[in-house]
Amino acid sequence: MNVNVIGGGPGGLYASLLLKKSNPDWDITLYERDPADNTYGWGIVFSDSTLSALREADYRTHQQITDRFIEWDPIDVHYDGEYIRCGGHRFAGMMRADLKDILRDRCDEVGVEMHFETDVDDPNALAAESELLVGADGARSITRETFSERFKPRITEGNAKFAWFGTAKPFDVFTFIFRENEDGLWRIHAYPGRKSTFIVECTEETWRNAGLDEKSEDDGLAYLEDLFADHLNGYDLESKLYGWRNFPIVKNRTWHHDDENVVLLGDAAHTAHFSIGSGTKMAMEDAIALYEGFEEHPEDEKAAIRWYEKERRPAVEALQKASRHSRRYFETVERYTNLEPQQFVFNMLTRSGRITYDELGIRDREYVDEFDRWYARRTNGTEAERAVATPPMHQPLSLRDVTVPNRAAFSPTPSSDATDGVPSERQLRRLSDLGSEGVGLVMTEPVSVSSIGRITPGTPGLYGEEHGDAWASAVEQTRKASDRTTLGIELVHAGQRGATKPRAYGLDRPLPDDDAWDLLSASATPYTSSSQIPKAMDADDMKRVRERFAYAVQLADQAGFDLLQLHFGHGYLLSSFLSPRTNERDDEYGGSLENRLRYPLDVFDAVRAVWPDEKPVSVKLPATDWAPDGYDLTDAFAAGARLEEHGCDLLTVVAGQTTANDRPKFDPDVLGNYCEQIRNEVNVPAMSTNYLTTSDDVNTQVGGATADLCQWYPEHVDVNSL
Amino acid sequence: MQVGIGIPNTLSNVDRELTVSWARKAEAGPFTSLGVFDRVVYDSFDPFQTLAVCAGATDEIHLSTSIVAGPLRSNAMLAKKAATLDVLSGGRLTLGLALGARKDDYEAVETEYRTRGRRFTKQLDELRSYWEGDEIGPDPVQDSGPELLVGGSSDPAFKRVGRFGDGYIHGGGPPRAFAKDAEKARAAWSEEGRPGDPTLWGHGYFALGGDEQAEKGREYLLDYYEFTGPFAERIADGLLTTPQEIVQFVRGYEEEGCDELLLFPTVADEEQYDRLAEVVGNEWAGE
Repeated sequence: MNVNVIGGGPGGLYASLLLKKSNPDWDITLYERDPADNTYGWGIVFSDSTLSALREADYRTHQQITDRFIEWDPIDVHYDGEYIRCGGHRFAGMMRADLKDILRDRCDEVGVEMHFETDVDDPNALAAESELLVGADGARSITRETFSERFKPRITEGNAKFAWFGTAKPFDVFTFIFRENEDGLWRIHAYPGRKSTFIVECTEETWRNAGLDEKSEDDGLAYLEDLFADHLNGYDLESKLYGWRNFPIVKNRTWHHDDENVVLLGDAAHTAHFSIGSGTKMAMEDAIALYEGFEEHPEDEKAAIRWYEKERRPAVEALQKASRHSRRYFETVERYTNLEPQQFVFNMLTRSGRITYDELGIRDREYVDEFDRWYARRTNGTEAERAVATPPMHQPLSLRDVTVPNRAAFSPTPSSDATDGVPSERQLRRLSDLGSEGVGLVMTEPVSVSSIGRITPGTPGLYGEEHGDAWASAVEQTRKASDRTTLGIELVHAGQRGATKPRAYGLDRPLPDDDAWDLLSASATPYTSSSQIPKAMDADDMKRVRERFAYAVQLADQAGFDLLQLHFGHGYLLSSFLSPRTNERDDEYGGSLENRLRYPLDVFDAVRAVWPDEKPVSVKLPATDWAPDGYDLTDAFAAGARLEEHGCDLLTVVAGQTTANDRPKFDPDVLGNYCEQIRNEVNVPAMSTNYLTTSDDVNTQVGGATADLCQWYPEHVDVNSL
Repeated sequence: MQVGIGIPNTLSNVDRELTVSWARKAEAGPFTSLGVFDRVVYDSFDPFQTLAVCAGATDEIHLSTSIVAGPLRSNAMLAKKAATLDVLSGGRLTLGLALGARKDDYEAVETEYRTRGRRFTKQLDELRSYWEGDEIGPDPVQDSGPELLVGGSSDPAFKRVGRFGDGYIHGGGPPRAFAKDAEKARAAWSEEGRPGDPTLWGHGYFALGGDEQAEKGREYLLDYYEFTGPFAERIADGLLTTPQEIVQFVRGYEEEGCDELLLFPTVADEEQYDRLAEVVGNEWAGE
């Protein structure tokens, strides 16, 4: 068979080697644009699992590679004058140049024909004369571009600027340095090798402030050497090809073209941000899978290359996902500078979603114990001297004079059992049953502040003495079972979304005309095409609804609730004002975000005035409409900031459902990510509404400053039963 | 978890005899439901008519479309077919719907492929209106219409599960793949404030009886899923060819919280039924 390989990096070399070794009669020719001894980049990093794969694929080079390895397992973080180490991560690294030397010699030995300083101008022609063409030509692959119709590449760029340097200063472990100067916040990713690798990353703004867009190489290096003098200890920074880039994110619809038998491999097919250090590792794993494809299907190239992509794609996609989280973290790390160093580091270590609180404990028990002690000291000051402090989930949270004893919350979904707003026995029992489980906060389901504010005919209410009495008895019952659990009530008023049948058989199915009541909303926009058209609220309606909220709050206080939550989301009345997709008003309540916030804030103020000062008020705030031209995260930051000014104590972050035709994401982390961004951008306590099922989830979110409270759905409690 | 079996309605050389006998045996055997696939441009039986024949031949076993590509049919026609089958089977229908990814099927029935997602959402909304309304009969036997499962693995698909479905039907793969999507279905369900949990269905393919059968099954899957490109290989790789694999697969699905697992034949031979029934009957007592 006649195989041509474009690109002489580790991926191309390793693929050539493995294919030739296993099929000595094949003609394998490799083309590399640069001289044999030229290498960009400095060090590369491997993890344990890659190593065993290398050993199995080619023992000889595995020995030579591991001989050159420098191994380490801690990650060091320098931030705000503090230095924190977390161990147990297990890395191995070497110089990229050394790896290439080893692979090149071995290729030579098995008989791969290699042409250096040879450009391939026309991959098409080369494909025509090959039985297999391997495009291992990097992130700017010519092979990929030539067959772009087939591979359908999608290439985007990260926001941050970065540059690679080497230095003789020995860094002995993975080292992250976050340093602020007058130009902005700088991030360094440094790791060991015969020479250390030193990557500098910053926002474009910082980069311009520092004048790096104009500085010469010498001036640029001098600037950085001066800034990091305390870490470099007098060693120089060295640059091979001085230049600042944005990280290219490469994805392809497919990596194989089975009419022409072309495959993409390594960066040509997929990139992953350098902060998770996997580029070379992925390229070499690709090479192994390609070779294995031909072992599986020796007589059938098409089957072999299909097998290759099938094998690799899931692993690569998982890594790319983690890499995306990690890249975005480093691009927006300014957001987290409000955190104290201990939490900053915990947040950083758990950023990609792959390492949880428990996982960190397995890697480095001492680090986690130290973190727990710090967290306990910060929240209650009583456990500081203990060797083992209680984990973050079990630390109390103070909101005004109310102390939530731990960070788990139950917040059941709406049910439909009430009669004229009077909660049913089952609805009341749900509160007391959940209240006996020991979580810190139990919320009621959404409770309507008026008869026309109900979602379904069975929505429980709080708009008359009889409603107040019923809730008061449930609160009393719950207190008997557990006197520490705090109790919250969520108040809602239906908007365009209301007067529907119960949710058991699907959502938003309108009631028959005879049973329905007239709906109010910011504008006369129906929720679905079959929904009732609501009345756009006039001044009288606004006054009346505001008073309804205030009256309900008075009753809620009398009933004994500790915390009050106003529902600003999910398409109900207050959400209809916030979202530009449902607010078409041209008065002072429509248009700009400031205007759209006006009525919800009026209601908030009215409620805050009635609710006792010592008790907290929370708002269930949407992070996004998940729809084009809708309310988005930037609006949520602004709304959160305004609410905080008005005395809001907690934001419960939700997303979507403000319109029926939104496009939500069901990535299990998505609500947590929104919560984290709002919490840290606005700097206000937040509750995540992620679907979390384990205490590890809660510890990870609370420890990492994703949330201060977490809605929790443990396996043994059916939070949403009824 | 319960285990159901697929009727070979998309395999060649299937006749009335095999279909009826397969259904009757399944009802007498360890299986709780019968499943069918939906494909227009392929040598295959229509799913509703196949199930109608099975409904006539059996009394107890559940009948499920798993799946039918909803937007290939007009909303009123789909509502009527499903309601009819529900009535004539005595309320035994589970209607599993998804988009279907075959462009040629859409072209063959002269309906637009590009807008199928939007139309599917509307269809799900309207189905219940037809079933609850008086204009188009019959009234289904099941309260509010046949149990409605929605499939797919895109974000809009999970949104549909949360808004319109009684549950989620997964597209197949190892238990781990099922677990990942099931988690999203649960998240969507909880996110939309639906009470309880979504019903979760999964499915797998089998070809028992040795290498020759396994190879036949593999060829069928590569052919049936040819349009998915490299993915066909992954599906074919997942073919269950030994009793051990079946047992592991079933246990894996149960551990991940599946409510009903449908196993589909890939070789049209009654012997395939017997072999699966033996494994499931012996190794798996069900609930």
